[in-house]
Amino acid sequence: MAGEIGLWGVPLAILGGAIRVSTPFIFVSLGETITERSGRINLGLEGTLVFGAMTAYGVAVETGSTWLGLLAAALSGICFGLFHGWICKFPKVNDIAIGIAMMLFGTGLAFFFGKPFIKPSAPHLPAIAFGFWSTIPQVQAALDVNVLFLIGAALSVLLWWAFKNTRAGLIIRVVGDSSDAARAMGINPNSVRLLATGVGGAFAAIGGAYLSLYYPGSWNERISSGQGLMAVALVIFARWNPLGCFAAALLFGGAGALGPSLQSVGVTQGYYLFYATPYVLTLAIMIATSSPGRSLAGAPGELSITK
Amino acid sequence: MTTKLLISRRKLLQTSAAGAALGFLPYSGSVQAATSATVGFIYVGPKDDYGYNQSHAEGAAALKDIAGIKVVEEENVPETVDVQKTMESMINLDGASLIFPTSFGYFDPHMLAMAAKYPKVQFRHCGGLWNKDKNPMNAGSYFGYIGMGQYLNGIAAGHATKSKKLGFVAAKPIPQVLLNINSFLLGARAVDPTITVQVIFTGEWSLAVKEAEATNALIDQGADVITCHVDSPKVVVQTAAGRGAFICGYHANQSPLAPDKYLTGAEWAWGTVYKMFIDKLQKGEPLPNFTRGGLAEGFVKMSPLGPGVNAEGRKQFEATLAEMMKGGFSVIKGPLKDNKGKEVVAAGKAYPETAIELESMDYLVDGVIGSTS
Amino acid sequence: MGTPQIPAVSSLPIATSNLEGLARRSEAVAIPLAALLVGMVLFSVFIMLVGKSPLDFFDIMWRGAFGSWFSVQNSLSRAAPLLLTALCVALPARLGLVVIGGEGAIVLGGVAAAALGWWVDGASAFIVIPLMAIAGMIIGGLWMGIVGALRHYRAVNETISSLLMAYIAIALMNQLVEGVLRDPASLNKPSTHPLAQAYRIGNIPGMDVHWGLVAGIVACIISWLLIEKTRWGFAARIAGGNVRAAQIQGLAVGPLIVGFTALGGAFAGLAGMIEVAAVQGSANASLAAGYGYTGILVAFLARQNPLAIIPVAIFLGGIDAAGGLIQRRMDMPDATILVLQGMLFIIILFSETFYGRFVIFNPDLWKRSA
Repeated sequence: MAGEIGLWGVPLAILGGAIRVSTPFIFVSLGETITERSGRINLGLEGTLVFGAMTAYGVAVETGSTWLGLLAAALSGICFGLFHGWICKFPKVNDIAIGIAMMLFGTGLAFFFGKPFIKPSAPHLPAIAFGFWSTIPQVQAALDVNVLFLIGAALSVLLWWAFKNTRAGLIIRVVGDSSDAARAMGINPNSVRLLATGVGGAFAAIGGAYLSLYYPGSWNERISSGQGLMAVALVIFARWNPLGCFAAALLFGGAGALGPSLQSVGVTQGYYLFYATPYVLTLAIMIATSSPGRSLAGAPGELSITK
Repeated sequence: MTTKLLISRRKLLQTSAAGAALGFLPYSGSVQAATSATVGFIYVGPKDDYGYNQSHAEGAAALKDIAGIKVVEEENVPETVDVQKTMESMINLDGASLIFPTSFGYFDPHMLAMAAKYPKVQFRHCGGLWNKDKNPMNAGSYFGYIGMGQYLNGIAAGHATKSKKLGFVAAKPIPQVLLNINSFLLGARAVDPTITVQVIFTGEWSLAVKEAEATNALIDQGADVITCHVDSPKVVVQTAAGRGAFICGYHANQSPLAPDKYLTGAEWAWGTVYKMFIDKLQKGEPLPNFTRGGLAEGFVKMSPLGPGVNAEGRKQFEATLAEMMKGGFSVIKGPLKDNKGKEVVAAGKAYPETAIELESMDYLVDGVIGSTS
Repeated sequence: MGTPQIPAVSSLPIATSNLEGLARRSEAVAIPLAALLVGMVLFSVFIMLVGKSPLDFFDIMWRGAFGSWFSVQNSLSRAAPLLLTALCVALPARLGLVVIGGEGAIVLGGVAAAALGWWVDGASAFIVIPLMAIAGMIIGGLWMGIVGALRHYRAVNETISSLLMAYIAIALMNQLVEGVLRDPASLNKPSTHPLAQAYRIGNIPGMDVHWGLVAGIVACIISWLLIEKTRWGFAARIAGGNVRAAQIQGLAVGPLIVGFTALGGAFAGLAGMIEVAAVQGSANASLAAGYGYTGILVAFLARQNPLAIIPVAIFLGGIDAAGGLIQRRMDMPDATILVLQGMLFIIILFSETFYGRFVIFNPDLWKRSA
């Protein structure tokens, strides 16, 4: 290991943490943005995420290929998403409640079938060494960027652009804002929502695959600490904007690194409060940027949670 | 399932009949002689966590081949009214006559309440401080001197470190954890007195991402050997190995996760403890209320040394281990200051592994960077 | 979701026959029961696929949940905290709010009660126990009241703020319990000072279930009366349907929102106090046992109806109670119960689509078909 980096460890940890920890949040919140923009809310992505983590790990253990693991996770996520989308198209079925039940179902299945994969080690997804220019190993480690993070960053820009400029983006937005308007345009809102929820599920499962195949990079029943649920909440925080999701995920990841890194440089009192930083910060920003005048700008009109 | 219930009820009848036939019960702490019995195990997390709960489940598995012993287990039982009801359910529906609640939080008030309510059932708890003046006689506790293992971990780490900084990922600043941290440091300082240990508390017993972040933060600050005290060390071991640091394991043998980087590890061997209890139960001897043991008694063992331990390290490790196998080894001995400069152990005073004072430790010794609150 | 079709109660013929009334009422029982049955059949397929016997499975479930007096009490004990935490979701739901952070109010309510009980140690239990309950309710009410206030006065979404505040509350609880409020004698499990024995809440006479069950049932009844029989409940329903319409009618929407979220929080805080006084004896990290999150599920299954919360919570308590027996008797992992819950609840929630579709439950359609 290299020499002392002292207090520089804190900003470095925040940068490194933002890159390492944010990826699951990015994927789940981007997926949920697509779903919610279409007028549905899928609160069950936590279950999809955990099931995706298990599937990716299990397939990677069995085949030795992380990419096959990732693919299997995405497929499982699509199944969960389509199931949610299909069941919620029936009248009077509450999408939030189904989401909560799906959360139990997904986690339960993941734990049930994941038992044999707790012991074996799976290969890890590759990372790109963006820190090659530095001679400091800590900087090199912090800048080891996983490909999924880069894909997530690219996707958030792409989605932001696509919502504004493509026909598919327009269709999703119209369906999300008014089912009646969509029908008038000859669009079947339920089909659009079905697809949007399916894609959302695939994204969430990929977020889970990142947890099990890269960071922290192992499978056990405690692998997720509620990232899936938190990411769904971050979508509201990001006001259904893909770029906002990316920023919120970075903020969350970076702020989460504050607690451990402060202890490592000797700030040892009150660590529970430091660990609460991501939540306090998010809440503070929400309070500061909301106002009753322009309530929930960007909120899809059909969304049950904001009606 | 009716038949099963009947069988276990019949088993109970047989058991009590045998006890009556022998006609003893001179002291309240005794158990009726039982060649057959149902034994309950309760775990706070999943049975296969590569850590604490798994170490107990493996101990329980060691009993399953013993004739006449039926093992019933329940995992993921929270430290609420749930665990009380689980104990009652094991007693009422399975006919359990001996119960091992294995998480610390089960002791007070949960197990103590059930022990008072079911005086004929024996309860033995892992880690609690059973007190004969205050607690029921059909209850008791057992634990192992795993701090000795962390001292040996420290010796292996002390020889492997180049930066002279070690890292410790810990859950909460409680006596059992503080003793492990201090022992790890003192073991390392037996190699080189300039070594320091940086500790990060995660605040939870199992929190994968935060444990990984803590490991990274320690390595960023120059630590090149990492150990931990969390329920499931898998994440810490894999993250540290991924960053090129050496690892000392905890709870169970994690060397398959990182064979090159794994130095050694402090493991539980609960099978020894559970077999001892069952042996006494089947012979009709009273079960001890307060059980403690270390390396010598086979309650704790060390993982085989990995390739990262050099010849010199191996020699000191084995010599110290041999010394510990004689029993009564003192890791905590004076003069010793805590990391705020206050003297905590006077010169000439030593606490052998058996000293009960160690189980209420509330300080980190000089050389540990971290805080107890 | 389409436009909600709420039949105006007053428009129904007043003198409907008993048979018609019975038909209407039985729909709310028959449909969930049928859904439950379908869910059990589907789960049986799952059980058979993993090579176990569904008959054994449901036999053990029944034994573990309700098959004996011991099992019934076991289920009731587990249901007790859920009654109160479900109200923390169901009350704000009347106003159209989705609050998911009741866990925060539980842990802080528990800490407040434990701190108070230690502070006034020595005073009469007749004063202290109610004071502890009030302390828990005030803290829980304030905590969730903030969520309501942020929603109304700053348009901060209540779902996300309540979830964030739950995490913050747990951090606060840990900091307090391991810091200033810690009993130095609580060695390996940091806790507040234990409550004096006199301040503990015991069991209901003749039962092995603590008084928390009664508190929960009473709270559900009070909440039902509040919603159905008072003008505040009526106003809340209007505001839940359309805030602007409510404001035009001169309803004070702000105080309604703050009041309903705060009352829900007060019940969750009371759940925390009961956990401390009836189960744990002190406040510690075990307070965050997930009751707040299970309460969300209970509330949604009960369709946000406070009276329906009672059977739903007991049903959930029963599944929970039987879960242990399934692990022990069938050698199946704990996750089996999660899968079962997931399947059953998806089907039960899905069955809501059948309300009003069956002629037998709908007297209005009798004449038409006749």
